[in-house]
Amino acid sequence: MEKGRAEVSYFRAQARWRPLELAFWAATLLPFVVTPSYLSLASQIAITALFALSLDLLLGYAGIVSLGHAAYFGFGAYSAGLLSKHYLGEPLTGLVVGAAAAGILGYVTSHVIVRFRHLALIMLTLGLGLLLAEAANSASALTGGADGLQGVKMSPLLGFKFDLYGRTAYAYSLAVLFCVFLVARRIIHSPFGLALRGIRENATRMPAIGAPVLAHLRKVYTIAAAMAGAAGALLTQTTSTVSLEVLSFGRSADVLVILILGGAGRLYGGIVGAIIYMVARDQFSGLNPQYWYFWIGLLLVAVVMFLPNGILGGLSALRKKPQ
Amino acid sequence: MLSARNLNKRFGSLVVAQDLSLELPPGVRYALIGPNGAGKTTLINLLTGMLAPDSGRIFLGGDEITGLKPEARVRQGLARTFQINTVFPQLTPLESVAIAVLERERHAHNWWRGLPAFAPAIDEAQAILERLRLAGVADRPTRELAYGQQRLLEIALALATRPRVLLLDEPAAGVPKDESAELFSVIAGLARELTILFIEHDMNVVFRFASRIIVMVGGRILLEGTPEEVRSDDRVREVYLGRAHARAA
Repeated sequence: MEKGRAEVSYFRAQARWRPLELAFWAATLLPFVVTPSYLSLASQIAITALFALSLDLLLGYAGIVSLGHAAYFGFGAYSAGLLSKHYLGEPLTGLVVGAAAAGILGYVTSHVIVRFRHLALIMLTLGLGLLLAEAANSASALTGGADGLQGVKMSPLLGFKFDLYGRTAYAYSLAVLFCVFLVARRIIHSPFGLALRGIRENATRMPAIGAPVLAHLRKVYTIAAAMAGAAGALLTQTTSTVSLEVLSFGRSADVLVILILGGAGRLYGGIVGAIIYMVARDQFSGLNPQYWYFWIGLLLVAVVMFLPNGILGGLSALRKKPQ
Repeated sequence: MLSARNLNKRFGSLVVAQDLSLELPPGVRYALIGPNGAGKTTLINLLTGMLAPDSGRIFLGGDEITGLKPEARVRQGLARTFQINTVFPQLTPLESVAIAVLERERHAHNWWRGLPAFAPAIDEAQAILERLRLAGVADRPTRELAYGQQRLLEIALALATRPRVLLLDEPAAGVPKDESAELFSVIAGLARELTILFIEHDMNVVFRFASRIIVMVGGRILLEGTPEEVRSDDRVREVYLGRAHARAA
């Protein structure tokens, strides 16, 4: 009996909240008091972090490389935008609708996507992203095309108006990020999450121990798509507009860069990556707007060469060494 | 327990399985021998559904499984191991075996409950590791395990599916001779009602641990019989003296 308990405690220890995590989430409240003039940026960071978190479930845990993840972000963004323009400006409903719409798109596309791996998978996700971006561009009657979707009107969120300073926007984005993070955290410490890691580690072995690999992958792809859709809906709601950029290849590439910078497969990688990337973009683009990708490029090369597990991976290796 | 009828498989003009039929009764320890390229691993791939036969049928415990996917066959009780370690390098043995147990118990779809809630499955995973003398390394990443320990983990993963039939593809491949005897003594100690078919090249091991032997040459079954029958068969001697080509042609 004692022995069994010891083994269960191994998994319990894995899932335990660490003090550093609690400190991190407490620190996410600092922008309200320390940098109140940057709350709009903070809100964008939280949204990007949520988007990166959804990609982490795919790439970091299930081993699915995607260069077209913006498809679901953008689909959620447009869904939430169209809902508020034509029917209902209530944000939480819009959030759910954006997530659900992207989740459905994710479920449908997953049937094709999870059958492929490696280069074919990258090209497939890339192609799907481009397809959707051009579809949105040509359907300008619906989406506003290159001019963006105009007329997105948001009702107050639980009585709080979306203010110019971004207080409501940041509080909202952060709360959604935290809630989705809790879900993601639960997933990775569940039997399903363990099976996903098994697929990432050895997709050949999984069927041989009775695992329906494709069904697992379809499920995580659907979940990640819904999460990306929630992020897109947040962007629509906090900026009151939708541009074609939400579906762009650039956004898909950026989120991948963010996740690799921060460190894939550790939940916080996407969040830390989003903070570094967005703050760097804000600062560097102030210096010379045209060339700021130079610094991101340099950072990416340095991280991949010297910290193959991302910035968080490097930090955790440093922490472990002295012991 | 497991039977195959007239399995055929060819890749282009290369015939890798020709009219293979076999019948494995419950609890029998079968050795599958034959020169390299005889089609031994191909037979395992056909039986487990990793390769689809061009024709032929496969039955497990009386039920036809020919059209089932590999994971469905595993759930019916047909497990295998791999000649080259096919494990999960970054996961611990405990995590790896737990995946198999959780899949078998149909918990693997569960994403809303934490793993500690599945104590019986985790305890079972640990018990399997103990039986295969891996308890001491249960929570080390698999990539840090010694090669021989990874071979044992191969078997632990298969056992966790609670098979009725276990197909072992060269369980001792790459293991030093003295350790290989130990590994086979672990295999010999598995439940008596479990049907086992193992591929092995070392004839001493084969004659010691197998109750019956199947000899394959050139994609065909040359002979099936007791160790004595196989030992005294002229054709088998010819094959192992390297004159297989003359016959296969």
